Amino acid sequence: MSVIISGLLLGGTYALIAVGLTMQYGVSRIMNLANGENLVFACFIAFWLFTTFAINPIVGIVLIVPLAFVLNWLIYTYAMRPLVDRAKNRGQLEVDSILATFGLLFILQGIMKLTFGGGYFNYNFLAVPVTIMGSNYGLNRIVAFIAAAIIAGALYLFLNHTRYGTAIRAVAVDPVSAGLVAINVPRASAFAFALGGALTAASGALLSTFYTFNADMGIIFTMKALIIVIMGGVGDVRGAVLAALLLGLAETAVATFIDPGLTIAATYALFMLVLLFRPQGIFGKRPS
Amino acid sequence: MTWLNEKERRIAGFAAIAFGVVALLPLVDQGYYLSISVNIVMYVVLCTAWTLFSGPTHYISLATAAFFGIGTYTVALGIDTVPFPLLLVIAALASGLLACVVGIATLRLSGIYFVIFTLGLAELVRQVVTWLQTNFSSSLGLYVFTDFGEKHIYWMLLGLAAIVYITGWLINRSRLGFAMQIIGNDETVAKHVGIDTARAKVILFIISGAFIGIVGAILAPRFSYVQPPSAFNPMISFQVVIMALLGGTKRIWGPLLGVIPFTILFDQVTAYFPNHTSFVIGIAFMAIVYLLPQGVLGRLEDLGRLRKRFRMVSAEEGNNP
Repeated sequence: MSVIISGLLLGGTYALIAVGLTMQYGVSRIMNLANGENLVFACFIAFWLFTTFAINPIVGIVLIVPLAFVLNWLIYTYAMRPLVDRAKNRGQLEVDSILATFGLLFILQGIMKLTFGGGYFNYNFLAVPVTIMGSNYGLNRIVAFIAAAIIAGALYLFLNHTRYGTAIRAVAVDPVSAGLVAINVPRASAFAFALGGALTAASGALLSTFYTFNADMGIIFTMKALIIVIMGGVGDVRGAVLAALLLGLAETAVATFIDPGLTIAATYALFMLVLLFRPQGIFGKRPS
Repeated sequence: MTWLNEKERRIAGFAAIAFGVVALLPLVDQGYYLSISVNIVMYVVLCTAWTLFSGPTHYISLATAAFFGIGTYTVALGIDTVPFPLLLVIAALASGLLACVVGIATLRLSGIYFVIFTLGLAELVRQVVTWLQTNFSSSLGLYVFTDFGEKHIYWMLLGLAAIVYITGWLINRSRLGFAMQIIGNDETVAKHVGIDTARAKVILFIISGAFIGIVGAILAPRFSYVQPPSAFNPMISFQVVIMALLGGTKRIWGPLLGVIPFTILFDQVTAYFPNHTSFVIGIAFMAIVYLLPQGVLGRLEDLGRLRKRFRMVSAEEGNNP
C-alpha cells in the first residue's frame, strides 16, 4: 500500500513534466531535449528564492511560471521558429530541433554549473511526516502532488473548454488545416511551447521541495518525460497523466522490492513493452 | 585488380600511403602528440562507424557510450583468462547483439523513438552493470593489466580505422548500401520498391555498434581501472554526434574533417577552461544547426560547385570575346 501511495505521489510530479513536454512536442512539433534543464533551472530558482528571501516555493511558482513562459517564448521565437520555417518535412525538423535543443541543454547546464557549482542541493520545506493508512509520507510530497493535480486540472479545463484551448488542440492535430480555419498557427505554436516550458518549470519548483537536485540531472528527467509522452501518446494530456502515474508506481516498486539503483531499468522495461505492443500510446488509435 | 577502376586505385594507393605515414608517429613522439593522436584516431573510428548508420538514415544515435562501455567491460572481465584478440571478437558480438535488440525494438517505428531509446541506453546498461557488480561480485571496479602501451593502442586503432573505411566502402557498393541510399532519400519510395527498410536499418546499426564495441575494447588497457561511470561516460555519445555532423556525413571520410579540429579544440578547452566544456559542446551543436547544416564537407562541396560554375562562366566568356 505504501508503495502505491509513494508511487502515485512521485507520478504526480512526473505527470506535470510530461504534460509540459507533450505540449511542446505535440503542438509546436519541437522535440525539446532541453526540457529537463528548464526543470532544473526552476529547482535552482526556487532554492534561491527560499534560501535568500525565505519565499515559500509554492508562492515561488507564481514568480517562476511567468519567467519560464517568457523565456520559452523567446527561445521558440528566436531559436526554433527559423528551424520550423526552413524544414522541408517533419523528419528534418525533428533532427534539427533535437540538435538545437541539445545545444541549449549544454549551454543551460554550463550556466547553472558556473553559477551554482556541481554539488547537490536541497532544502527543508514542510518536511513533516503525515500518516496515511499506517505509513508516513512527507507533507512536502503531498503538497507537491496536490499542486500538480490543480495545475494539470486547470490545463485540462483550458484545453477542452476554452476557445483558445480548442485552437491549440487543432494545431496539435494538423497545423496546415488549423491554418485554413483562421487559427494563427505560428502564434499558437509559440504559445504552446511557452506554456509547456512554464508547466515544466512549475513541476521543477514543486520537485525541489522534496528532491535533492544538481546541475547535471536534467537529462534524466527529459528522458523520463519523453518515455511518458510516448507511452501516453503524443499530444495526449490524459494519456501522459496516466503513463506518468504508471511510471511512478513502477519505479517505486522496483526501488522498494529490487534495488533503488535500477529505476531506469524499470522505466526502460515499461518503454519496451509500449514500443512492442502499443507504439501509438495507451489511448492512441492505430494509424489507418 | 580488375574490380577497381583507375580512380579507385589511385585513391586506394593514396590512402595506403597516408596510413603508412600516420602509423610512423610513435617512432617520432611518445608523449603528448601520441596521446592526442590516440584520441583523434579513436574518434575517427567512432564517428565513421556512427556515420555508417546515421549518415544515410539521418537517425541520431546516442548509443555510442553504451557500445563503447560494453567493449571496455568485455576486456575488463576477461583479460586474465581470455586472449586479447578473442576478447575483441566477443566485444563486437556483445555490442552487435545489443544493437540488434535495440534496433528490432525501435527501428520499425519512426526515428524519434530510436533517439529517445538510445538517449538513456548508456545509463540503463550502466545501472544494470553496477547492480550486477554490487550484488554478484565483491568490488565495483576492475583492473586491466596488460603489456600494451599507447603506441600499441594507437596501431590497433589505426588498423581498425582501415577496416571501418573498407567496410564502409564495400557497403556503399553493395545492395545494402544502395538500399540505404533510397531509404535516406525517401523511405516511402524504398518501401514501395520492395526494400525491407527495417531489416536494412537493423543490419547497418549492428555493424556500426559492433565497431564501436571494438573501440571500447581496444581502449580498455588505457583505463587500467575500469568503473561503470568511466566506461559508460555519456559525453562520448554527444561528442561523436558533434564531430561526425561537424565534418559531414554524406561521404565516408566526412567525419574526419570534424574530428581533427574538434578533438584538438576540446583538448585545449579541457586543459585550460575545465569548467567551460559544456559551453563548447552546446555552442558546437548550435553551430551545426544554424551555420553548418551539411558540415564542413557540405561547405567544401558548395565551394567546389561555385568554382566549377565560375570556370564554366569564364570559359564561355573566353569563347565569345
